[in-house]
Amino acid sequence: MTQPIVETRGLEMRFALPTHFLSREKPVLHALNGVDVSIQPGESFCVVGESGCGKTTLGRAIMGLLAPSAGEILFRDQRIDTMDERMRKPIRAEMQMVFQNPYASLNPRRNVFDTLAEPIRHLLPDTPAAEVREQVESVLAATGCDPSWQRRLPHEFSGGQRQRIAIARALVTNPAFIVADEPISALDVSIQAQILNLLTDLQADRGLTYLFITHDLSVVEHFGSRVAVMYLGQVMELAETQAIFAQPKHPYTRLLLEAIPKLEGGSFDKPRTPGELPDPVNLPVGCPFAPRCPLADARCRAERPKLRTLANGTQAACHHTE
Amino acid sequence: MAMLEVQDLHVAFPRGKRDEVEALRGVNLHLEKGERLGVVGESGAGKSMLAFAILNLIADPGRVSGGRVMFHGENLLDLSERGIRGIRGNRISMIFQDPMVTLNPVLTIGTQMIETLKAHRKISDAEARKLCIERLKQVAIPSAESRMDAYPHELSGGLRQRVVIAIALLTDPELIIADEPTTALDVTIQAEIMALILKLCRENDVALILITHDLGVVAEVTERIMIMYAGLCVEEGRTQDIINAPRHPYTAGLLKALPQKAGRGQRLYQIPGSMPPITALPPGCAYNPRCEFAADRCRATIPPLAGGVACFHPLQEEEAAS
Ligand SMILES: Nc1ncnc2c1ncn2[C@@H]1O[C@H](COP(=O)(O)OP(=O)(O)OP(=O)(O)O)[C@@H](O)[C@H]1O
Ligand SMILES: Nc1ncnc2c1ncn2[C@@H]1O[C@H](COP(=O)(O)OP(=O)(O)OP(=O)(O)O)[C@@H](O)[C@H]1O
Ligand SMILES: [Mg+2]
Ligand SMILES: [Mg+2]
Repeated sequence: MTQPIVETRGLEMRFALPTHFLSREKPVLHALNGVDVSIQPGESFCVVGESGCGKTTLGRAIMGLLAPSAGEILFRDQRIDTMDERMRKPIRAEMQMVFQNPYASLNPRRNVFDTLAEPIRHLLPDTPAAEVREQVESVLAATGCDPSWQRRLPHEFSGGQRQRIAIARALVTNPAFIVADEPISALDVSIQAQILNLLTDLQADRGLTYLFITHDLSVVEHFGSRVAVMYLGQVMELAETQAIFAQPKHPYTRLLLEAIPKLEGGSFDKPRTPGELPDPVNLPVGCPFAPRCPLADARCRAERPKLRTLANGTQAACHHTE
Repeated sequence: MAMLEVQDLHVAFPRGKRDEVEALRGVNLHLEKGERLGVVGESGAGKSMLAFAILNLIADPGRVSGGRVMFHGENLLDLSERGIRGIRGNRISMIFQDPMVTLNPVLTIGTQMIETLKAHRKISDAEARKLCIERLKQVAIPSAESRMDAYPHELSGGLRQRVVIAIALLTDPELIIADEPTTALDVTIQAEIMALILKLCRENDVALILITHDLGVVAEVTERIMIMYAGLCVEEGRTQDIINAPRHPYTAGLLKALPQKAGRGQRLYQIPGSMPPITALPPGCAYNPRCEFAADRCRATIPPLAGGVACFHPLQEEEAAS
């Protein structure tokens, strides 16, 4: 493998929750519990998992929007999580993020031109005004936005158009790496394909690397080069996309795959017993998936499995898989 | 006689002082006993309006501006408030996307279930309690007896939706209308809930109107589908027929755009543009600006629903299957 563009090592994120007024305890929520991922240049690295498993937290930590509680984050082999802000600024221009909700992520009072010019002005302040304008126009064209949109405000646009504007904003500083946090989940079915195609085209034109966060496995199958399946702040399985669909190794991955509704039917035919996510404040000692896992035994409940590489190259964190 | 027969249903909202815009522009629907129908369409197509109008629940300033809702030959829109109460939440139950629309946050699960039951049945407290526990068990809620004393906030989102289903089943309804019942839930929980709804409908011969934008979910659960676009039904028929051989260009586009229809990394088929808002509908077929087959006639006249499709240039079987 070549040099990764982004890497996390033993990444942990804990949030202190408000203390209950009758209690001395300081509850702590464990959002990330030792995440190791290494993202190669030019790939579409997908992160999937259910609500609250830490996908957004991982993306925000990599972007430097959250300070990790433990572990390391590297960009092109350089430690960035401990870097001072002056050093970090030019690196921020290389790493940008697209958020799930295009209605909330754009400032309603800022017109499209200012929305797009802002990251350049902030992160690359030496850029001459003429070049800012040029750069804004070129990303608008690249993302299929009309040049006439520049003086208009976000509320004048549909959800799909707003998401194009948000993508244009993420590209305006010419980044190499983009975190896309559920960029199509809030959009209509007929618009989702437009945005996915745009992301595919931009990657081909600009050699972008994506960290693509989603809960939709059919999107992963189409879009991802590799995928990390997360559960309760941990990576349970990490593999090539084809391998995950052809030979899922972790019982949780299999549960996710079986849950996908299919056009030919058959997924909802057998009743399922309700599974509940364990509480991220009181993490189970052993495997976090053990309470829902059909294979769980005493060892699983006592000892947290580590991510290890299996014969087919897949990494899985499970005592019962080979 | 069909169990439910909706005829030429219109819903309108005021625009300005004298004008109105229509959110439903003449929708027909029929449903036999025990039949499961999927209503599919993108945001703003009028799916929720249809559900609300069937139960005469359109809130001010909206109104049902035309049509009939015949339930066993009786027009629900003509019933007195008392008359409709005997049907709503009794013979026809509703499940909404947000379980908290149904659940009262300050009452225990048991209290609300028993109250619902006693509103429609002459039954003693002890009997009511027994029946409620039975229903909670039927929807696979673990330790049902003790959950009777829980408040909604003490349950996870998935469990709350199960409670809502249990409430919907309390009165042995003939029809359940479910408006995006799993959209807010995780995929594994969605699979659990939908499998449960499917099983209960089959076992008790309950009819279902399932509103969703997810074609996979509809394919798994329903026998017939109705595709809505801009306040009208554009295609209607047997679920597998429509999925295998759609006739309306919009339906065909939606199906072709699914990520599972393209190879990994390939561009997806995309429908250009987006659905117009009801305040700015084009003349003729509302889909014509996005349609590759649009001709002069499509831009002048609204195509009537004929033979299951509202289109002047429906796809032929060979085309549709490709
Ligand atoms: N600022 C915060 N303070 C306290 N807890 C937080 C904070 N941000 C996130 N969390 C918690 O951390 C966990 C992981 O949250 P995160 O938003 O990363 O999940 P996610 O996988 O993105 O979920 P979703 O699919 O719902 O977006 C959750 O339990 C969440 O409640
Ligand atoms: N109070 C209102 N005033 C004016 N128009 C309204 C009002 N409520 C709803 N509408 C319009 O009615 C149309 C149909 O809305 P409806 O809620 O039925 O859509 P839907 O298909 O259920 O969409 P979604 O998938 O977003 O739930 C929309 O265009 C909406 O803008
Ligand atoms: Mg998130
Ligand atoms: Mg709706």
